Amino acid sequence: MGSFTPVSGLMGGLLIGLAVTLMMLLNGRIAGISSIVSGLLTPKSGDTGWRAAFVVGLLLGALAFILAVGGPTQVDVLASPPAILIGGLLLVGFGTRMGSGCTSGHGLCGIARFSRRSIVATAVFFEVAMLTVFLARHVF
Amino acid sequence: MRMVAALACGIIFGFGLAISGMMNPAKVIGFLDVAGDWDPTLAFVMGGALLVTIPAYRVILKRRRPVLASGLSLPAEEKLDVPLIWGSALFGVGWGLVGFCPGPAVAATVTALPPVLGFVAAMIAGMALHAWLSGEHTGRKSSSPDAGVAAPDPR
Repeated sequence: MGSFTPVSGLMGGLLIGLAVTLMMLLNGRIAGISSIVSGLLTPKSGDTGWRAAFVVGLLLGALAFILAVGGPTQVDVLASPPAILIGGLLLVGFGTRMGSGCTSGHGLCGIARFSRRSIVATAVFFEVAMLTVFLARHVF
Repeated sequence: MRMVAALACGIIFGFGLAISGMMNPAKVIGFLDVAGDWDPTLAFVMGGALLVTIPAYRVILKRRRPVLASGLSLPAEEKLDVPLIWGSALFGVGWGLVGFCPGPAVAATVTALPPVLGFVAAMIAGMALHAWLSGEHTGRKSSSPDAGVAAPDPR
């Protein structure tokens, strides 16, 4: 931790931005991961194929990078109790659907559209997440 | 063609996420932990992406239609409401507890690490719970006109 990596961060960000842009230019779709994935849970005809294709691509892209660097990329799962981690992910799933988007849908696509809802949502989840980390790490 | 385009976009997105280091929850928590040993990398990832999407969207949103579809599928809802705020707050709590948001969580399943697979299952269960509670399983119209699932809105 504390290992600041601005160059790879910026490169990754530019690629993510390119993907989000192409998705709107070609398919007219917002590249919001939570909505793309959750749309697969309640399939509607003619609306499933592109979602599945995007998710498969997401996995292939991550896999390609892992193969390119010649080893597993670093994934350090927090040392919190499993119940906290599982509960946290349940909240991520539930909250992103209730709030209609996540870091990609609101944070990238929505802000790029200058959507008021997305700007507010992004401010809320970033601030609440920072407060949660502060409480979890420095208070309790 | 639309499926090929979606596949290509997914590949670029996944590769970018992996390069950025954001598939590692510790990097994300490092950004969120402003009172600790702060790691500003996440701001460079978001900033890099917005550097592309903000100008590009200006051009694309003016077009009558996207290249491969009949219209742009944009969220119809514009007003701020309670589910938006509460949902985003609940997501923020979960994100702060684990350091995984949906994109990196899904992408990280390629590592096949058992805890990651369990996390993604829990996240999908959370999404399914919301769908069930809001009646999407019956085909009734959802109350959340969402990023990406709204009807095509050519403009």
